[in-house]
Amino acid sequence: MSDIVHRRSPVLNIIIWGLVLVWIVAAGFPFLWTLWGSFKVQGDFFSKADWTNAVYGVRTQIETGGAFTGKGYYGAWVTKEFWIAALNTSIVVVSVVIISLTLGTLGGYALARSGKKYAFYLLMLALVFRAMPHITLVSGYLLPFFEWNLWGHLPTAIIVMVAINQPFTLWMLHSFFLNIPKDLDESAMVDGCTRFQAFRHVIVPVMWPGVVTTGLFSFLLAYNDFTVTATLLSQANQTMVPKIASFLGTTQTEGNVMFAVAAVVSATAPLFVLILFFQRQIVSGLTAGAVKG
Amino acid sequence: MKNRTFFWFILPSLITMLLFIALPIVSVAVQSLHIEHEAVMVEVENCGPFGCKQELQVDVEETAKLKEERPLGQFNGLGTYTNRNHLAFSEIGLAWRSSTGLVDFMSKALNLPFYRALAFTLTYTFVVTPLVIIFGFMIALGVNTLPKRIKGPTIFISLLPMIVTPLIGSLILFWMIDANGILGATLQRIFDDPNLSLKASPALTWIMLMVYGVWHSAPFAFIVFYAGLQTVPADTMEAAMIDGASRWERTRYVVLPHLMPLTVFISLIQLMDNFRVFEPIVSFSAQASATSLSWIIYNDLVGTESQFFGSAGATSVLTIIGVSILLIPVLIRTWRDFNQKVV
Amino acid sequence: MFLKTITFAGAFALLGSTAIAGCGISGGNVSVLSNDFPAIQAVTSAAAACAGDGVTVETNLTKDHKDIMVAALTANPAQYSSVVVSNSTLVTLMNDGLVRPLDEMVAKHGAALSKSQLITVNGKVMAVAFMANAQHLFSRTDVLEAAGVDGIPATYEDVLAAAEKIRAAGLMDYPVALNTKAGWNLAEEFVNMYMGTGADFFKSGTAEAAVNNENGVATLEMLKSLVAYSNPDYLTYDSNATQAEWEAGNLALATMWGSRGSAVLDDEGSTAEVVSGTVLSAAPTWGNDARPASTLWWDGIAISTNASDEDAEATFVAMMNGISSDVVKANNDAAVWLDGAYMPSPASAGVSSTAAGGAAPYPMLPFMGALHTALGAEITDFLQGSESAKQALADVEAAYTAAAKEQGFLK
Repeated sequence: MSDIVHRRSPVLNIIIWGLVLVWIVAAGFPFLWTLWGSFKVQGDFFSKADWTNAVYGVRTQIETGGAFTGKGYYGAWVTKEFWIAALNTSIVVVSVVIISLTLGTLGGYALARSGKKYAFYLLMLALVFRAMPHITLVSGYLLPFFEWNLWGHLPTAIIVMVAINQPFTLWMLHSFFLNIPKDLDESAMVDGCTRFQAFRHVIVPVMWPGVVTTGLFSFLLAYNDFTVTATLLSQANQTMVPKIASFLGTTQTEGNVMFAVAAVVSATAPLFVLILFFQRQIVSGLTAGAVKG
Repeated sequence: MKNRTFFWFILPSLITMLLFIALPIVSVAVQSLHIEHEAVMVEVENCGPFGCKQELQVDVEETAKLKEERPLGQFNGLGTYTNRNHLAFSEIGLAWRSSTGLVDFMSKALNLPFYRALAFTLTYTFVVTPLVIIFGFMIALGVNTLPKRIKGPTIFISLLPMIVTPLIGSLILFWMIDANGILGATLQRIFDDPNLSLKASPALTWIMLMVYGVWHSAPFAFIVFYAGLQTVPADTMEAAMIDGASRWERTRYVVLPHLMPLTVFISLIQLMDNFRVFEPIVSFSAQASATSLSWIIYNDLVGTESQFFGSAGATSVLTIIGVSILLIPVLIRTWRDFNQKVV
Repeated sequence: MFLKTITFAGAFALLGSTAIAGCGISGGNVSVLSNDFPAIQAVTSAAAACAGDGVTVETNLTKDHKDIMVAALTANPAQYSSVVVSNSTLVTLMNDGLVRPLDEMVAKHGAALSKSQLITVNGKVMAVAFMANAQHLFSRTDVLEAAGVDGIPATYEDVLAAAEKIRAAGLMDYPVALNTKAGWNLAEEFVNMYMGTGADFFKSGTAEAAVNNENGVATLEMLKSLVAYSNPDYLTYDSNATQAEWEAGNLALATMWGSRGSAVLDDEGSTAEVVSGTVLSAAPTWGNDARPASTLWWDGIAISTNASDEDAEATFVAMMNGISSDVVKANNDAAVWLDGAYMPSPASAGVSSTAAGGAAPYPMLPFMGALHTALGAEITDFLQGSESAKQALADVEAAYTAAAKEQGFLK
């Protein structure tokens, strides 16, 4: 559509870019503020006296002698061993993404190709499942998980997150498969392939854009989840988000709050890399029709 | 596809959903029909560091006997659904008979926790959902016209509100909007009102929560629309231009229809998520001014000495029903699409 | 294990000394669930020092402990052999018979305990308390002096008068703060204030709420007069926020938890002016009653019913090690300890004088939690001026009644 851009009047361009600029500031500023503040002490970043302290670092000067301090990062990563939580998070996230996508592609493909009424009802049912507030679900798991000694382990949290995320994954992938022409796999079946072989050899090679996009949403869900991980994991197996919450504790001990802020900045860093890396795929995956109703 | 093949393909997905979602839903629904056994109480002497006192306690052995007989508790039918903390039928009836006018009746109804929460939940859902779609669409249009070089970073920054952990995101925002925080203080200066506080007045709290909701969800709509814009068929666009269609007409008659399926998808997800809003209420400590259905559930289960499972179950079932009603238009549309595809 | 990372210097010193003692446990699994604040961190890390030689110690310190404790202890075997409880949570666990009597173990291993540390219910020891806490008055003597107020206010009427003087003198617009965040905190303030009237929350011998009376109305009126001198954001003020406001020098009179005392009086996060002017004193009285308007809390150790006897005993011994005099000495200012080795300090003056003034403990009633929840949700309407005190209290009772019926306390 580049030719359209050329025809646009300069005034309109300025208005549009002005809008984008306002949005960029709104979206990016809080994060920039956090990044800046993570190198200050709590008395500055969370100043009740004057917010400009966070800019000039008045108390940071008094308490550490410099305008910036790495105490938050040191405290979180070294003293509080945030890396264990980071490791747990990577295990959880990778497993959730892989399992969700495996189950989701199979199920989504079946739903897209079935054509029977019950497939529609199943999809609807999945939607109703998605409507259930997570917190009720999680509280319901507690007693049986404790009884069967499943509570506190990473695999339990992983499978729960996979299940909770299945409706969304199914919906997205199902709509994606609808956009892959039926003739592709059906002609393979005419040539003597079974349904699974057709799926394996014909569909799998062309489905990646949709899978990557769906995977990214699964990734974000598993990465940011608090309800499931905070309630179902023991302290030794904590992932990053509940660990960050634990820095805040019941009583916000002076200094620990900054551990949380530093940890948040650290936890967002891999997302930067990931988004920059997968940006093209997200867009192309959606383009390929992953989310068409 | 043969039923058998379909079955094997869907099985793994179905098992996880049945085990971890369907089964809990059934058990929650069953639980919401029961209340706890009548507690057998005895008066005992409690002593501690601060002296002794006669107080009532539950007689554990006697109560355990009752539990043994019926582990689910006493059957209460829809009693929990209709009691004062949920649908409050008798209170609503009383308010209807005793009120002097519609306004009076409304204020009496909104004094009941369920209806107060419902009012905010619905307002939030119907304000935030369209705004998210509109903003997402406008940002997508804007980003799409940017020069290629700055598109990448712009997309990344645009996604930030969605990807930063809400737990801490809201903690920091909460501090920023404090009367002493950067945003709160700036607003005070703009409106020249030193007593302006976003946290104090119910109206401002509602606005703040909704602004946060739009800010948090707009990236989702943006990325979906942006991807959709890449697929607007170039030949249709050119044909429209040759026919002399203005920019507005092209957007209205070519781009919008093309993005319609995406809009359906976004509204489906957003209606659902917004109807279940509660995280911003908790992180912004806004419960004095705004509560939602999911917040009621949260309040029943989290941070209290005694958890109310039956009550939380009832509210959860009501939430599911509410979401289903909201989604009916979307579902009808999907049903039509589905039938067309079958044929 | 998580707790080897604890940052307390005191706890580290302790690890060395007690590891040699070995705690005298022959074997067993110790697992502790508890809230998460400095004093408890000191206790659990000292208990964790008993690990080794067939003894494992696992701890889970989380502010969400209330949400999982019932389920975790209902399972058999229980996920945790011990929970660090308080007045209110012990009752919840006892309602379902999830914690065991400790008489035998106290006789065997509790020689160092004083009688007042034993929480007995119907003659049986159900928990061992190790620290006390209460909300009481924090005052800035320098600000009071500048406003011409004599001494530290002893009653809430004095607090109001002093606040008016401070405001009139132009020193502060909002000199007063209470932990008035809607929900649990605000309800706790109501309970404190109501306790100051000496009235009961329930009709004697029943679970029927009885707060809708002249005492309840007076309590609400008093709260409303106090928040008139609070920052307009008062409904979002939890104890973290009030502490931050205090340390920023924005407050002159505040009711805060005693456990915040040492953090307020240390040199971190605040100016010397604020720290040197801060004095902790008993919770004020009000009305015609001489009883401080506050509730006394204790934190203590309870052992689960569904743990094996071996684990239970190992846990008890480990936790006794956690609350021993050595730990108390090493962490003297972290809490108001009940152990004999505790040295009173300015940070504990408020709690001690509140207790000495005859404040009552938080009621250990099975249905108190339901009333607390109802209070937290329903009295904001009154404070915000959208309904009368009578109506707010009627709402509280109605919400409570519905909840108590669900829990089987009322028919």
